[in-house]
Amino acid sequence: MTIFERWHLDKPLMTALLILAAVSLVVLYSASGDKLGFALSDAVRLAIGFGVMVGVAQISPDTYRRWSVPLFAAGVLGLIGVLAVGVVRFGARRWIALGPMSIQPSEFMKLSVPMMLAWFFSRYSLPPRIWHIAGATLLLLVPVLLIAKEPDLGTALIVLLSGIIVLFLAGMSWQTILGVALLGLAAAPILWAHMHHYQRQRIFILFHPEADPLGAGYHAIQAMIAVGSGGIFGQGWLHSSQAHLHFLPDSTTDFAFAVFCQEFGLFGNIALLGLYLFIVYRGLRIAFAAQDSYSRLLAGSLSTLFFFDVFINMGMVAGILPVVGVPLPLLSYGGTSLIVVMAGLGVLMSIHGHRRLVN
Amino acid sequence: MHRIPLKNDTKEIQLFETRILVAMILGAVLITALIARLGYLEVVRHRYYATLAENNRISPIPIQPARGMILDRNGVVLAEDFPVFTLQVVPDHVPNMARLLGKLKTLIALNKRDLHDFRRRLAQHKPFQSVTLRTHLSEAEAARIAVNLTRLKGIALHARLRRDYPLGGLAVDAIGYVSRITPGEEQGSRAARYFGYRHIGQFGVERSYQKELMGRIGFKDVEMNAEGRAVKVLKRILPHAGHNLYLNIDAQMQAIGEQMLDNRPGSVVALNPRTGAVLALISSPIYDPNPFVEGIREKAYKALATNPDGPLDDRALNGLYPPGSTIKPFYAYAALQTKWFHPHKHITCPGYYHLPHSTHLFHCWKPLGMGRVDLKMAIEESCDVFFYRLAFKQGIERMARYLTYFGFGHRTGIDLPGEYRGLVPTSAWIKATKQPWYPGQTVITGIGQGPLLVTPLQLADAVAALANHGVRMRPEVVHGIVNPVTHHVRYVKPYAFPPLPRHRKNSLRVLIRDMTQVVEGPHGTARGIAYHLPYKVAGKTGTAQLWNVSPGFKGKHLRSDALFIAMAPIPNPRIAIAVIVEHAGFGALAAAPIARALMNFYLLGHVHVLPQNQAQTRVALARTHP
Repeated sequence: MTIFERWHLDKPLMTALLILAAVSLVVLYSASGDKLGFALSDAVRLAIGFGVMVGVAQISPDTYRRWSVPLFAAGVLGLIGVLAVGVVRFGARRWIALGPMSIQPSEFMKLSVPMMLAWFFSRYSLPPRIWHIAGATLLLLVPVLLIAKEPDLGTALIVLLSGIIVLFLAGMSWQTILGVALLGLAAAPILWAHMHHYQRQRIFILFHPEADPLGAGYHAIQAMIAVGSGGIFGQGWLHSSQAHLHFLPDSTTDFAFAVFCQEFGLFGNIALLGLYLFIVYRGLRIAFAAQDSYSRLLAGSLSTLFFFDVFINMGMVAGILPVVGVPLPLLSYGGTSLIVVMAGLGVLMSIHGHRRLVN
Repeated sequence: MHRIPLKNDTKEIQLFETRILVAMILGAVLITALIARLGYLEVVRHRYYATLAENNRISPIPIQPARGMILDRNGVVLAEDFPVFTLQVVPDHVPNMARLLGKLKTLIALNKRDLHDFRRRLAQHKPFQSVTLRTHLSEAEAARIAVNLTRLKGIALHARLRRDYPLGGLAVDAIGYVSRITPGEEQGSRAARYFGYRHIGQFGVERSYQKELMGRIGFKDVEMNAEGRAVKVLKRILPHAGHNLYLNIDAQMQAIGEQMLDNRPGSVVALNPRTGAVLALISSPIYDPNPFVEGIREKAYKALATNPDGPLDDRALNGLYPPGSTIKPFYAYAALQTKWFHPHKHITCPGYYHLPHSTHLFHCWKPLGMGRVDLKMAIEESCDVFFYRLAFKQGIERMARYLTYFGFGHRTGIDLPGEYRGLVPTSAWIKATKQPWYPGQTVITGIGQGPLLVTPLQLADAVAALANHGVRMRPEVVHGIVNPVTHHVRYVKPYAFPPLPRHRKNSLRVLIRDMTQVVEGPHGTARGIAYHLPYKVAGKTGTAQLWNVSPGFKGKHLRSDALFIAMAPIPNPRIAIAVIVEHAGFGALAAAPIARALMNFYLLGHVHVLPQNQAQTRVALARTHP
């Protein structure tokens, strides 16, 4: 029994994650303007993240299944609590103050919603009936609407996406998918009418960043400049002028990938993307090997959600998606979001590590 | 009871695998798109973005649009953007600074202070940045530099638009001025609208028509080389010039009024009663707005701000004056609408008035009284006792109501910012003061004293209402807004307030006829301006006693304010005018000649000058009053 098996960890996944953590330290040191203290702080956060992951991996998937509903209920209560007694920061009510800390229940829902829906579907024979799907959709819409009310449209969409992934993987029929897609298209104008001005601006800016080079288009333009100036081989580590001259805002968090692009170029991008895809691949492998439908659905949806986290952040930096505040998993300097991603990976590890060996 | 469903595990795994396969295909498409996009940015557009990134090089530089001109009704330019030249030096490009300065001294005036400031700035800037050597070069100097530009290495001549008020302080309170945008305005809620602009309208039409005047800012994305020099303009969005404003103000008339006031504190407002067009809006003393454009020096500002005559105060809109006897025609109008009042009914003026069951005496300005007085005579000679009685009979509530009809106590709605309401003792106001209101206060309010306060603009607008058959027009400073490119004119539409209530048919005609007696009558208080007038004038003089000086105005000597209101020509007035000269004593003496000069100019095209000996006139008029 190796140390990995004893600690219920997946060796290839763990290796990839450690490489990614190292990359994160390297990139954030540069993105913060060569501040060693910042890199150390990132190292501490990553260490906490890995600790959470290992801790989460020790608990068996059966326990998670049993705790899916209470966790979901606690999350929803937390969201209601945010709306009732939350702290307003940057114009949105997203935080609950707990002593010196403040937590974002909406981030936690990214994990809790797939667990809840996986539990819901694992009780039935799949593919699900239409009323099962309707029930699951209702369950999904409660947290999504609560988060959208904060307002935090970015997170609400991610949580919605996580739920949709479970619905899709559970085997929602193609007709239903088509119908929902058409319904979504029809609802788009209504959604547009209810959006905040800054949210519309972000979507508009996606198509015309030049229209407002110093205002709403600033992030998008500066990120594209950073990416484009990277070239094929990049400008080299510590040579991201966009970050070092402070042109790029949020260079350590949501736009850390832009710094990576400028410093390591297209080759670096492909390597990094390969690393991320490897993690997703390992996650899907774990899902295939899972021994019950709850674990299978959960592992599959967590891996897919991880992929979308990566894709949305990179797409935002590359200018094919609007600027939404989704950090790049592990690479960006983050608090709650990092913990949640690591916990998700921990659940994957747990599913992998607690399999009953048949042969 | 929870039913345990039968699960077909193999089928479920198959389903799951299909779904993952579909998801992987979708993911592959997305990843391909992402890599294609990254490849596009990093390979195809690499050079473009590398250029943008390398040296902090692309910076959007605002191109200032020309601010709209402000012209008077005849097209006289009151405000325009004027190019000024600035001489700049890039130290890196200068082989020998001392020799360059020596050469420049032969071409332009450079005093010690310029050189000292230049050396100080030189030390503050990096060698590749351009440093200002002198601003505001004359056109001749700019031309001399331009001709010799090839011999002067490292020199650059920049032309920049600067707001210029060619007539100085003329109508400054109507025009206002522009000044540098302050950090507060830069960060305010409308910051985005003013991004890139350096100036913003303060006061006057410069402020109220800021949106029309400002035009639209242009931008150029400039590519800089390592030395901070512009190499290439990548993209240019041209600015749109602001719209030009044509004012209703007649600059010549305005100048005549300002000259006649001769920097004595006072105010003149002349309106066209039919349209509400503001023909002249004078607040004296005037001041030059030009130093404010680039930031006035503190010393100069202090001198203006501490001047006891208060040149910075906009008296026409913000001056609150007791109207004195000039308010009497409006009370008379109110009384004429009643059944109990008849214009030919006489009273006897013994020179004093007392309320029933009271011994307190209210004196007439003529100590011995005027004898038998009807409305005509009361207005002609400004009999106080007549109006004391009228006030007591009408009561404060009715008086205040009619004053409100005439627009007192409310903003007139003129298209200038910061207008004051004045004060009319309405019942609501009396209630708000929580003080008892005594009948004696009603009596003194009846001759325009007491708490009543009006602005010159309100007074002029109220006179205009009398002149315009009882229809008060909103005063408008701006006549039209002209698009400089298409020459499309947008006229400001005259706006009429609801007409004054008129219950007696000839009341307005009777009142105006009686008011003409002020100028024409043998005892008229303003008969001094009547000679040789080819048109008929209806007017009313006023002398407002000051027992307290409003905090805004630092009065030097507590003399009475002279007031005069007039309209001409009767019977179809084309001009209504209100004149206030602070601390000038009798209204007829100080204020009426100014009104006469302006009316002459407007109606006849020239100003009559008194042919008589000024001193004699003064003696002749000294006995008259309000």
